[in-house]
Amino acid sequence: MTKEYKTIVEISGPLIFVEKTEPVGFNELVEIRTGDEIKRGQVLDTSDEIVVVQVFEGTGGLSKASAVKFTGDVIKMPLSPGIIGRVLSGSGRPRDGGPPIVPEVERDIIGAAINPASREKPRAFIQTGISTIDGTNTLVRGQKLPIFSGSGLPHNDVALQIARQAKTLEGAESFAVVFCAMGITNEEAQHFMADFERTGALERAVIFLNLADDPAVERILTPRLGLTTAEYLAFDLDMHVLIIYTDMTNYCESLRQMGAAREEVPGRRGYPGYMYTDLAIQYERAGIIRGKKGSITQFPILTMPGDDITHPIPDLSGYITEGQLIVSRELHRKGIYPPIDIRPSLSRLMNSGIGAGHTREDHRAVSDQLYAYYAEGCDLRGLAAIVGKEALSERDKLILEFADLFERRFVNQGRDEDRTIFETLQIGWDLLANLPEAMLTRVDDKYIQKYHPKHAGSAKKE
Amino acid sequence: MEVGKVKRVAGPVVQAVGLKASMYDLVLVGEEGLMSEVIGISGNKHVIQVYEDTSGVKPGEPVKETGAPLVAQLGPGILTSIYDGIQRPLTILAEKSGDFISRGLFVDGIDHKKKWEFKPIVKKGDVVKPGQAIGEVQEQLLIKHKIMVPPRMKGGAIKEIYSGNFNVDETVAVLEDGTKITMVQKWPVRQARPVTRKMPPTIPLRTGQRVIDGFFSLAKGGTAAIPGGFGTGKTVMQQTLSKWADVDAVIYVGCGERGNEMADLLHEFPELVDPRTNRPLMERSIVYANTSNMPVAAREASIYTGMTTAEYYRDMGYDCMMTADSTSRWAEAMRELASRLEEMPGEEGYPAYLGARLADFYERAGRAEVLNGGFGSVSVVGAVSPPGGDFTEPVTQNTLRMVKVFWALDSRLTQRRHFPSINWLDSYSLYDKDLEPWFTENVNADWNKNKKRAMAILQENAELEEIVMLVGSDALPEDQQMTLEVARMIINFWLAQSAFHPVDASCPYKKQFDLLQSILAYRDYSFEALKKGIPVDIIKNTPSKDALAKIRLVEDYEPDLKRVMAQMDSEFKAMK
Ligand SMILES: Nc1ncnc2c1ncn2[C@@H]1O[C@H](COP(=O)(O)OP(=O)(O)O)[C@@H](O)[C@H]1O
Ligand SMILES: [Mg+2]
Repeated sequence: MTKEYKTIVEISGPLIFVEKTEPVGFNELVEIRTGDEIKRGQVLDTSDEIVVVQVFEGTGGLSKASAVKFTGDVIKMPLSPGIIGRVLSGSGRPRDGGPPIVPEVERDIIGAAINPASREKPRAFIQTGISTIDGTNTLVRGQKLPIFSGSGLPHNDVALQIARQAKTLEGAESFAVVFCAMGITNEEAQHFMADFERTGALERAVIFLNLADDPAVERILTPRLGLTTAEYLAFDLDMHVLIIYTDMTNYCESLRQMGAAREEVPGRRGYPGYMYTDLAIQYERAGIIRGKKGSITQFPILTMPGDDITHPIPDLSGYITEGQLIVSRELHRKGIYPPIDIRPSLSRLMNSGIGAGHTREDHRAVSDQLYAYYAEGCDLRGLAAIVGKEALSERDKLILEFADLFERRFVNQGRDEDRTIFETLQIGWDLLANLPEAMLTRVDDKYIQKYHPKHAGSAKKE
Repeated sequence: MEVGKVKRVAGPVVQAVGLKASMYDLVLVGEEGLMSEVIGISGNKHVIQVYEDTSGVKPGEPVKETGAPLVAQLGPGILTSIYDGIQRPLTILAEKSGDFISRGLFVDGIDHKKKWEFKPIVKKGDVVKPGQAIGEVQEQLLIKHKIMVPPRMKGGAIKEIYSGNFNVDETVAVLEDGTKITMVQKWPVRQARPVTRKMPPTIPLRTGQRVIDGFFSLAKGGTAAIPGGFGTGKTVMQQTLSKWADVDAVIYVGCGERGNEMADLLHEFPELVDPRTNRPLMERSIVYANTSNMPVAAREASIYTGMTTAEYYRDMGYDCMMTADSTSRWAEAMRELASRLEEMPGEEGYPAYLGARLADFYERAGRAEVLNGGFGSVSVVGAVSPPGGDFTEPVTQNTLRMVKVFWALDSRLTQRRHFPSINWLDSYSLYDKDLEPWFTENVNADWNKNKKRAMAILQENAELEEIVMLVGSDALPEDQQMTLEVARMIINFWLAQSAFHPVDASCPYKKQFDLLQSILAYRDYSFEALKKGIPVDIIKNTPSKDALAKIRLVEDYEPDLKRVMAQMDSEFKAMK
């Protein structure tokens, strides 16, 4: 099995083609040796005649004289508690000058699917301290909630603020962080690292770094290694894990390159037809398993090419993840931070994490009402620009004003401002109180009686 | 049975030589015997799709024939089960292999050891036909499972028939010619089960959703598509329908979608009570959960497995509803497999037979006279997930050619949190005319009239809104301003319906009617008032109008509605 072959017949982009081998298994780990250097790859296609291998660390430096060894095993990630605090490369080798990970266990990085019947329904509210998340797009433990952004927008700051402030209401149990960088710049990576260091998060973090100048194919490996690590921390070591990976757009570009190298029939806009399934295999590795203490909550970050949400990368992601937070260029230009546009944003698991027993009974109603008038207000801006504010009806003027206030008071907050959910709901009520009560059609009267600033005083006396 | 050899492995597709298997036969690939299906034969090569992960499979490994296609096991014990796409019970997989699904596990679709009490309903000497029921098993507290002569058996006179407790493999009856009948049937999932004849759709399928029942209703045995971009409400709608539809059995197929959604459903259904029977919803449900990260070939099969179980319960004379979330993921599974076969791709890389497959699938729906006599139905609701929310893509287009009801989800409505985000101008139901008599007879003589009035108001509203975008609403004549207001009421007080509201999640026909009737009454009052020269701003500010907004949230709404309508009457009378 450990025989070496020197029968490379073709090297093409990230692929090598090897012939005259003994039977080789699909997905097997491959080692390619050139002199002292060993690169790793994986079998993509295997037959009697030829074996196709994708090389993760790039094919630069390989030649027909390189020796190929098929290991007879799939790729595995070495894991032990000692991995916490380590900085690794995008292919899992130490990048912090430390020793290799001495494994207690080794896990197949392909990751079998969690049996849907073994999943626990996620419903523990996570307070991020950010109103546009907690109030209107609530995150729960075990959710996968990506940030869709554009280049030059402060998505990293938002992600970091979430990582810093996230806690459940029961207490400040802290998350372990797994951070996977895929093709981001050194400067961006430093920004993350400095923040982790400043807040002490680094001590309970595992970092995988594949930077812009590292091989692109390696990026196919990075999230798989990160997620395998996250599963170990969550389901072996009982930790609550927050995994941030950025930038999924770079990951998808690598997939596209691989597809092109294999001369596959491309799907939409040149991306492989299996990209949905491939992304799902990553994103679905979030959640909670019944009877286990830990959990995996995912924060993938992706930049939408040309700010286009219908581009296949955000589109397919949105079809898999449990919602999305949209960072808006328009709000950013207005100087609003975090520039999260709630209208196209969504948290699909919000409902199970809010309400009596989780946050507060009026949460859903407040959120729905805020949404309805903010969306209407945004539409009215277009109208006001054409016909002038004066031509609007009284009702419309109120809503227009509401939308402006909403952005300034509810959306806008400080980079270190950590609002409790009750503060967030209070801001919501204060804004709604500017509208006549009869306009609050989404809110049950009993909540108006109890929480509307005009009545709240009397309710408290009871 | 032949044993062939693996020649090539690329993802879920394997090529093998040395087999005699036919198209769609089940074969077992590799040392682990991974469940697989023949999907192509060319020359001496068989092309095989594998229902499980193929990591580690090598050229030279054996491929064993089974001599039969992929079948569903049909018998008592299917209800309440949760399966993967090839009918393996997920709870049993979890017992065998833990929380993560591993490979090479064979598990029966139903429990072959469990004893069921079989009660014969025919006697010795009776002549039975294929499809005819010979006995019954109380499968759930309120659901009787008919034990039928398999459709492909010849039938004949009963020589022996037993009563008592049996497992599904034990003989419960013997025919004159010696044929033994058990309580399990095996049916190839890709073949439609036969019926005596298909019937026209004349009975609505009640969903409790005003926009559907009131505007775009589905018939029992009908087909509907819900296309929409991500987050527009496809899944919530399918779950809502599965909860409130007035059918006997629900087959929910989670085809290439989220694991947490399945967890949610599996968590909710045993706890929620079917209002028709007061029993847990789970007792009438069958769930197929082949999530997006589970093997694509099993995803491709899940639609057929689900349909076959739905047909089986239809054959007992039940009304069944199958929901598939999402048929686009099914189509993509076809595309993924086709591209590995290096087939000539059609539009957007989908195989050229995409349209034909979709057609075959939707053709299996319908209300029918079943072989047992009596009637049963399979209604199908398919979610469609168009890339970029663009309905011109091939899956949406091919689906719309087949289905009779189109619920177009609209992301502009989603952004305002108007749910269900079914666009009331683009959607349609081709059952409209067929169902009108039923509503007149069973709900109210004015049902259809009110519906047409409301739709006309919304149509006019859409035209007026275009003008408003140019000149503002204050520039409109007063009657048109009033129309805008009434349309807003129809939209916000009637079409909007939260799936999560404890009361409003499901709305009975009578309440649907009363609510719309009251809005139309307000409209009549206000136009009357306008004629008398009362300014529109005064009319719009009637307190009873705002009170109407919340009637739908009240369970026992009739006294409240009566009070509000009386108030409205006096408010308008007082206007000068
Ligand atoms: N009928 C409804 N009532 C209330 N909320 C809804 C309704 N339909 C959808 N939603 C909201 O929209 C979100 C997305 O809906 P979902 O059905 O998951 O979308 P899709 O399946 O189209 O991606 C849900 O999480 C829920 O918050
Ligand atoms: Mg969905």
